[in-house]
Amino acid sequence: MNELQQADAVPAKAPPTGRYWLMWLVLLALQLVNLGSSYLPLGAFNVVVNVGISIVKALLVMAVFMHLSSASPVMRLAAGVGFFFLAVLIGLSLGDYMTRP
Amino acid sequence: MAAEGTSAMAASHFADAEQRETAATFGMWIFLATEVLFFGVLFAGYTVSRVQHAEAFILAGRHTDVLLGSINTAVLLTSSLTMALAVRAGSVGWRRSCAAWLVLTAVLGVAFLAIKGYEWHEDWLQGLVPGLRFAYSGPDAPGVELFFFLYFVMTGLHALHLTIGILVIAVMALLAARGRFSAAYHTPIVLTGLYWHFIDVVWIFLYPLFYLVSRS
Repeated sequence: MNELQQADAVPAKAPPTGRYWLMWLVLLALQLVNLGSSYLPLGAFNVVVNVGISIVKALLVMAVFMHLSSASPVMRLAAGVGFFFLAVLIGLSLGDYMTRP
Repeated sequence: MAAEGTSAMAASHFADAEQRETAATFGMWIFLATEVLFFGVLFAGYTVSRVQHAEAFILAGRHTDVLLGSINTAVLLTSSLTMALAVRAGSVGWRRSCAAWLVLTAVLGVAFLAIKGYEWHEDWLQGLVPGLRFAYSGPDAPGVELFFFLYFVMTGLHALHLTIGILVIAVMALLAARGRFSAAYHTPIVLTGLYWHFIDVVWIFLYPLFYLVSRS
């Protein structure tokens, strides 16, 4: 019997679910804040608040539900690299369009 | 049992099952990075269009259904919770619990698509579908049309991903119920979970861009 099968024979103990339920409540609360804030007359800051809260929600989903909080650095790097180049794409595009005469 | 025995053992090019799962998860994250850029060009297009047609996007943003959009956001966030619970149950070999959470996740996904479909139907009736039935004739009509073009392409691409996710989850639920996964081998459940949460992340950004513009 190899090691893996032995591990399987031991009665499994599941990790606690508390963080998942807590994260669900936090995400729903952030959604309500996002919705509520969009009705406040903040001018240009409405979009800043909206997108800012969305970034926080996305990071929480990735950290807890997608297990990045306990993942190895190489996994976090792979997760971040797409977003990094997306930021470069949007940043350089805006740098062009917003500075045209 | 034979299937479980072989699937619990790693192929010769992996040192052990844990290394195999790490490699598979890493591959999934690389795929998700390409998905970020796939959706990303549309987000970049939206950003540039919004800067260029700020007034029109404010006018157009009033025509989306903020109530249905908010309900759908909550539905999808909840489906991420049920998916996380399915992965957890699968990781310790609770096959019935895993299958049940997967089924619930798929049901929430279908509910999302049903609400989204109803919304698209309403948009069609209001004549807000560029190219097919666009009846808006107020100020800034070209900019408004651009907003709805992006709205349909981005929510449509998202719905396509969600449909694929629902089908994959249905297959996983079936396999889990048949006992194909165990505490030692459950990588497909983990990868399905990553894909599903990614779809949720995309919607987290679509929600403010299409439903929360110009509510103040």
